[in-house]
Amino acid sequence: MKRIGVFVCHCGTNIAATVDVKAVAEALGHEPGVVISQDYQYMCSESGQNLVKNAIKEHNLTGVVVCSCSPRMHENTFRKAAASAGLNPYLVEIANIREQCSWIHKDIASATEKAIILGKAAVAKVHLNSPLTAGESPVVKRALVIGGGIAGIQTALDIAEAGFDVDIVEKNPTIGGKMAQIDKTFPTLDCAACILTPKMVEASQNEHITIHSFSEVADVKGFVGNFTVKIKKKARFVDETKCTGCGLCTEKCPMKKVPNEFNMGLDNRTAIYIPFAQAVPKVATIDPNHCMMLSKGKCGICSSVCSAGAIDYKQEDRFIEQKYGAIVVATGFNPINLDKYDEFAYNQCPDVVTSLELERLMNAAGPNGGTLLRPSDKTHPHKIVFVQCVGSRCDDSKGKPYCSKICCMYTAKHAMLIREKYPDTEVYVFYIDVRTPGKNFDEFYRRAVEQYNVHYIKGMVGKVTPRSDGKIDVQASDLLANEQLHIDADMVVLAAAIEPDKTARPLATMLTTQMDTNDFFTEAHPKLRPVESATAGIFLSGACQGPKDIPETVAQASAAAAKAIGLLVKNSITCNPCVAHSDELMCNGCSSCEKVCPYGAITYIDKEFKMPDRTIAVRRVASVNPAVCQGCGACTVACPSGAMDLSGFSNSQIMSEVDAICK
Amino acid sequence: MQEAMINKAKQLLADGTVSRVIGWKRGEFAYDITPAVFETAEELDKEFVYDDFTAANVSKYLVKESKKEGKILVFLKPCDTYSFNQLTKEHRVVRENVYIVGIPGGPKLDAEKIKAKGITGILSVKNENYTLKIDTVYGEEKMPFYEAVLDKCASCKSKKHVVYDELMGEEGDVLDSNRFDMVEKLENMAAQERYDFWREQLSKCIRCNACRNVCPACTCEKCVFDNPDSGVENKAPADSFEENMFHIIRAFHVAGRCTDCGECSRVCPQNIPLHLLNRKFIKDINSLYGEYQAGEDTTSRAPLNDYKQNDCEASVVHERGVE
Repeated sequence: MKRIGVFVCHCGTNIAATVDVKAVAEALGHEPGVVISQDYQYMCSESGQNLVKNAIKEHNLTGVVVCSCSPRMHENTFRKAAASAGLNPYLVEIANIREQCSWIHKDIASATEKAIILGKAAVAKVHLNSPLTAGESPVVKRALVIGGGIAGIQTALDIAEAGFDVDIVEKNPTIGGKMAQIDKTFPTLDCAACILTPKMVEASQNEHITIHSFSEVADVKGFVGNFTVKIKKKARFVDETKCTGCGLCTEKCPMKKVPNEFNMGLDNRTAIYIPFAQAVPKVATIDPNHCMMLSKGKCGICSSVCSAGAIDYKQEDRFIEQKYGAIVVATGFNPINLDKYDEFAYNQCPDVVTSLELERLMNAAGPNGGTLLRPSDKTHPHKIVFVQCVGSRCDDSKGKPYCSKICCMYTAKHAMLIREKYPDTEVYVFYIDVRTPGKNFDEFYRRAVEQYNVHYIKGMVGKVTPRSDGKIDVQASDLLANEQLHIDADMVVLAAAIEPDKTARPLATMLTTQMDTNDFFTEAHPKLRPVESATAGIFLSGACQGPKDIPETVAQASAAAAKAIGLLVKNSITCNPCVAHSDELMCNGCSSCEKVCPYGAITYIDKEFKMPDRTIAVRRVASVNPAVCQGCGACTVACPSGAMDLSGFSNSQIMSEVDAICK
Repeated sequence: MQEAMINKAKQLLADGTVSRVIGWKRGEFAYDITPAVFETAEELDKEFVYDDFTAANVSKYLVKESKKEGKILVFLKPCDTYSFNQLTKEHRVVRENVYIVGIPGGPKLDAEKIKAKGITGILSVKNENYTLKIDTVYGEEKMPFYEAVLDKCASCKSKKHVVYDELMGEEGDVLDSNRFDMVEKLENMAAQERYDFWREQLSKCIRCNACRNVCPACTCEKCVFDNPDSGVENKAPADSFEENMFHIIRAFHVAGRCTDCGECSRVCPQNIPLHLLNRKFIKDINSLYGEYQAGEDTTSRAPLNDYKQNDCEASVVHERGVE
């Protein structure tokens, strides 16, 4: 007979305010096998844990039930406590009477009743618990960084610094990401390229870093310490190893009317192109949608001018497979599509631009060589209106519910830069409220208002109408003066909300990590584990986790790197012993479990069985590799004959829990 | 046809391609055809039968037979080839030990439908220009051929063989068989009406397990229904829960793997339209995960054993269940 101890936690008032903990301890004390049942203020405190340890020794406990918070929070704490008292840690069960009970109930009577039922279920389960021993699995000492923006680059550099090999997978032909498109950075107004491009070069020259540009992650298998990733190296129709980046091909290419995505489509590039002068790797890429040779088989000029012989029209997508111990996601962000915002006339008027387009318009490497000109008639604008929160802080049907965080600051930067360079220009900024939390941020914004005389107007722009005389009528409200305004603007700049990159959602599915409703990756815990995903071995870097400015992104990138290094320095990690196993007498060898196993933990062996008539039959049966199995349980539900079972969460344990709840 | 098949079997036995043949022989009555294994030419000549009543799908017998020594010859109708593929996919038959000759399929006849016309004491049945000439102890009777066709053949899904080593006759096509018409009718019923329909049908069940035993998807080493602790081990249903749940549990167990061969309904001595339960699953799986035909090939992943990024969310399934 089991000797079970039940420990009910008050969790201060978190539990005790809504659950009568004494009544729970009393009721569970009468359950079969329970020899001691008590409550305590903070079970996870040192004295709380000592209570459990002493009870295990004094009462010779063979099972422990802790009624407390979610097992995610403190299961490990109590397992460790039990282990130190000589009890196998897997004989400890947690009944979650906080998140699943006290926090969601208001009525003490019903919450108490539910807490008792949850406790009874845990007691019923612990009756069937058996001691489990954890194995170990080795760690592959190589990291993968998905995304080659500033976040990915910084993470890779930091991991490489610690001496581990890192691969960067970047879907674009060059690394650099959004930061490469930016002109100046706030709050110091230093040139983005000046601080980013050395890092790009450093990454490309670091012996520990391999850059897979123009590549995508196609498949992820495995688990923490041992991921197997398939990387699709998209055909760029140029041999990376031969191309010297001389750019002759791009000069000679006759197809010169392809919108240049690096300049936000404000000018054109050729069908064979190098995204920008400091691109890393600096190799050309052919855009197959516009290349005459690839689409019609006529042309071939780039091939004939290339002295390195790097052009290869027959190149195909290649797949490489690599093993990694840790994966860092750094997929970044994009401005939202503004097609839905007719009121701002973004699609009707070329002089209504997004902030990122303005960055390119003002950039020395941009379409106008650094002179701010209206896209429509290339004249100098004298009145510019900035509109904040376009698509941010909206209701769900229109835009994004969240604050995109960086727009207030970059708009202040834009306004300031324009006033500095063109003092004859009037600049208006329409805002809901100005958000400047960050070191030297508010000072920066106040400089824009006080030193540079930017007109900050609290209120929203209602309608933007392009007029026939080339001016743009901006109709807005000034909420402080309580009046309607009409401004004859030359240019309107929209601070578009930012959203996660479109590749993030399918990637999250491959990585089995969680996302929030806005498709930002969810951290394992906002305060305790802010740069880890809930999936072990997968870390988050930069704006893939939420809107971030550059300083924050770099800080988080380094934090994610530190976490990844912490994993990579280990030679092995302790496996979860709650793994699947098959009942060979029941197994059909049908392969259902093998097919659903996301970790490739299941293989088949031919095994001899003695039949009832004393003959020997050879049968194909499933065999689980416990070092690879992650205990997800997919196989147990896929098995048509119920031969698969999960240690620690066996069918009989779960059934007995259900029984206890239904009783 | 029968003669051609016997000759083919004899030839393959003689040249050593196979050492055994699985086919059919006559049972107690003319319409009572049963699967059988033959080892010699003499046995084939004497007992091998293939006629309008030879509906039985013999692929499941190969689970055991293909594991014995030597190769076995099997004649598979188009519908049976789907079952065979599914069994191969689940590693239940040893493909290398089987020589498959594809034969044209039905439509096959349902003796129950003839008897339902009041024709009893059947001695033999002949199909002459789609009129059945039935010789009975009470004299000759006639009825239209199509009125006696098995339900499963009336909504045949395919005349195409999906696997064979050799084909007798011509390759047919996959058919547009309206096989989900009855399922749709049931779906359109009010919940209570549908419940009453199934209660009426399932309460006839005598738990003979014929449906389970004939089903090519039911191949577990140990069946849940054989567990003495379950309280539902081979016996007449003791309560309405069992009456309701046995067949539903069974349908769940073969969901995504049922090839819609219709054998369950064919062998049911109580004439319960069991295939409708399976077809409801097939229809749902098709609509939730995209068109899928179990047994069509041996390599694709079954929708319930696979995960794709565009799979429907669980909430979609849940919402459909709300009435």
